[in-house]
Amino acid sequence: MTLVLTSLAAASPGFAVRVGTSVLQVAVVAVAGPLLLGLMAKVRARAEGRVGPPVGQVLADLRKLVRKEAVRAEHTSVVASLAPLVLVASAMVATALTPLVTTHPVLAGGADVFVVVYLLLMGSVALALDGLDAGTAFGGMGSSRAMTIGAISEPALLVAILALAVQARTSNLPAIVTATLAHPGWVASPQRLLALVALVVVVIAETGRIPVDNPSTHLELTMVHEAMVLEHGGPDLALVTAGEAMRLALLLGLVANLFLPWGIDSSGSGGALLVGLVVLGAKLAVLAGLVALVEVSTAKLRLFRVPELLAGGFVLAVVAVTTGLVTR
Amino acid sequence: MTDNQRPDLAPVRTSEVVAALDLPTRAGALLEAGFRLALVAGHDDGHAVRVVYVLCAGPPDRRVELEVLLDPDHPAVPSLAAWSFPASRFERELHDLFGVEPVGHPFLRPLVRHQQWPADWYPLRRGAGPVPAMSEDAESFPFVPVDGPGVYEIPVGPVHAGLIEPGHFRFSVVGESILKMKARLWFVHRGIERLFEGHPVDHGVVLSERISGDTAAAHALAYCLAVEEALGVEVPQSAHVLRAIVVELERITNHVTDLGALCNDAGFGIAQARALTLRERLLRLAGEVTGHRLLRGAIRPGGAELRRLPTDAELAEIAAGVGDLVELATSNTVVMDRFVGTAVLSRGDAEAIGVLGVVARASGIATDARVAHPFCDLETGLTPVVEEAGDVAARFTVRAREVTASLRLVAELTGHVRALTAGVDDLPQRGGSGLGIVEGWRGTIVHRVEVDDRGQLTRAKIVDPSFLTWPALSVALADTIVPDFPLANKSFNLSYAGNDL
Repeated sequence: MTLVLTSLAAASPGFAVRVGTSVLQVAVVAVAGPLLLGLMAKVRARAEGRVGPPVGQVLADLRKLVRKEAVRAEHTSVVASLAPLVLVASAMVATALTPLVTTHPVLAGGADVFVVVYLLLMGSVALALDGLDAGTAFGGMGSSRAMTIGAISEPALLVAILALAVQARTSNLPAIVTATLAHPGWVASPQRLLALVALVVVVIAETGRIPVDNPSTHLELTMVHEAMVLEHGGPDLALVTAGEAMRLALLLGLVANLFLPWGIDSSGSGGALLVGLVVLGAKLAVLAGLVALVEVSTAKLRLFRVPELLAGGFVLAVVAVTTGLVTR
Repeated sequence: MTDNQRPDLAPVRTSEVVAALDLPTRAGALLEAGFRLALVAGHDDGHAVRVVYVLCAGPPDRRVELEVLLDPDHPAVPSLAAWSFPASRFERELHDLFGVEPVGHPFLRPLVRHQQWPADWYPLRRGAGPVPAMSEDAESFPFVPVDGPGVYEIPVGPVHAGLIEPGHFRFSVVGESILKMKARLWFVHRGIERLFEGHPVDHGVVLSERISGDTAAAHALAYCLAVEEALGVEVPQSAHVLRAIVVELERITNHVTDLGALCNDAGFGIAQARALTLRERLLRLAGEVTGHRLLRGAIRPGGAELRRLPTDAELAEIAAGVGDLVELATSNTVVMDRFVGTAVLSRGDAEAIGVLGVVARASGIATDARVAHPFCDLETGLTPVVEEAGDVAARFTVRAREVTASLRLVAELTGHVRALTAGVDDLPQRGGSGLGIVEGWRGTIVHRVEVDDRGQLTRAKIVDPSFLTWPALSVALADTIVPDFPLANKSFNLSYAGNDL
């Protein structure tokens, strides 16, 4: 972070404000992520007729894990210690760049769709290497499955956002959001609706939710994401969980603001920031609730059907881009 | 229905001593005639090692025992493995526990025995004494390795992440497809058969309820039937009706649990939540009917006792709940996509392996001890629930249909109950041997006991259907992918404790 800050110290006059808002975004996402996981568990439990754990349970678990001693599996290398850090760091940088609370994050000029998607990919790769590091059968199995899913979902994510970029004639995320604010009619355009469906599929896959992965299972052989982190405990596990939670909040926030950006701060004033904050929280809660309800109403797909679902998402994304190019 | 008389149901058990060399001919003829090898029990009589082969068929109910006497110093018997796959399993068990050598056995690897056991220690022989010191070697269990490009192994267990029993599974896998799965069981071998020895017959029922915790009633009943036959006790039909109600309640409770658990393993949590609600209702009903949520204590040698009967309204409410649960699961296309065509056990394989119970009926085999070996004449009108597909969906459907049939049966049985306590009060003191066959919720349970003149048990042999059905799981996994294993395993839902004994 310091490197990024010093190299671009000569930016616009509102630089200090921009740094402040980006830090705010990271802090909000860091807290909102675990709360969203807790909220989703709560919604699922309620829909199934159970009481369920409190919404703050994941935060409490993180607090407990952080206090524990770091225990690493035998034969692990530096990868196992670095991977959780890389995951969290990449999620933080991506969060700082993305228009979540404000359309003026720091380094807005560099907040390109490719940069954000590849930052997320960097975290995915770190996690996959982490799964392989301990040399256990489950870790390797999880990494192999995660990469198979990621190989289709990451391009779909990129192409789906590209459909919006074509419409806004820029691949800069804050600029896409600003352009959407200026042209409310775009929201109902065909390429946007197609891209929205594609993005929802991708977000479910990327965050490891049903029907792609089941985060609450205890069955080792069916796991995707859980299998990769089986060997972690204590602070390492806390980092991985926090990183995954941030990615969830980031992706949901990105989807919300790309398609329905209203409420986001575009002036940089204190009042607007506060409104942006509240509106972001509301959007995240609604989206997370919807994802949880989808989880309740469906079951986990057979692993070999997951690529079919994701390929469907990818095709929709490609159609969205094509539609955008044709109707331009 | 008249009490104390059931001439049409009285099981015909014949017993004959055969020379070891004549065993294959005699047993082979019975197997050819449609009998199945239900139980093989070893006995150390001091002057001889006696092996009893129980073959049975039905309907009509026929039970044949072949006894072979062997030299205690070098016990050896011709292997029946060429005639019957179950025989090969029984012989491996007999070899591990009694040191009886099955001559001509094609695959005499340890089954019960884990590698830490001292090589010359046969725990069911006389003078085996207390458990000796185990060796340090806990690593070397040989598995047939599968070679080839891209083949790797996934070892799972014996300790698992969920609250399930211990078993070690080793998968040889290419990509996600299972080439071969080897199961290593007997981690919960408690020596329970030995624990029966020397106890009065009325004490054994407590132990039999704990053979496999989820099958307390059916194991207790099989034990009681065996004891009653050994003592020559005629138990009135009124007691058998009460017993049948308890066993059917056990079937309903466990099947409902499995229906939910299968959905849960497919990631369909809402069905599991519904099933658990139903299960709790059934457990509370069991608690009120028998005084114990797991149906312990209602069945005793000579009789049975209930506290109250399930009412028609309660049964109807449960039937409605089960109907909703099944509808919820079968109307979900993703769930059905997971179930249909997964882990198919063909009828041919099922017959060759000799599987029992739900698994057999889901593969098109109409086996049901309630029909083949009925103990209560109200059960004779039953027809086994049979599905043909042999996949997870078929095993799900068999369970769902059996719950409905059992609920109807319980309603019918309660109509015949005059008193909540029935049976004979005093058990005679005499020796003998007896056989008990009961269709538990997993499948056919067989107990064989021997009692001495003082009314004490000298030997109890238990066969849980899991023992004969476990090998079929590996066979059904061919062409299945690794992430579908938990679903396949759950659809079999075999007992580890009942298998390991």
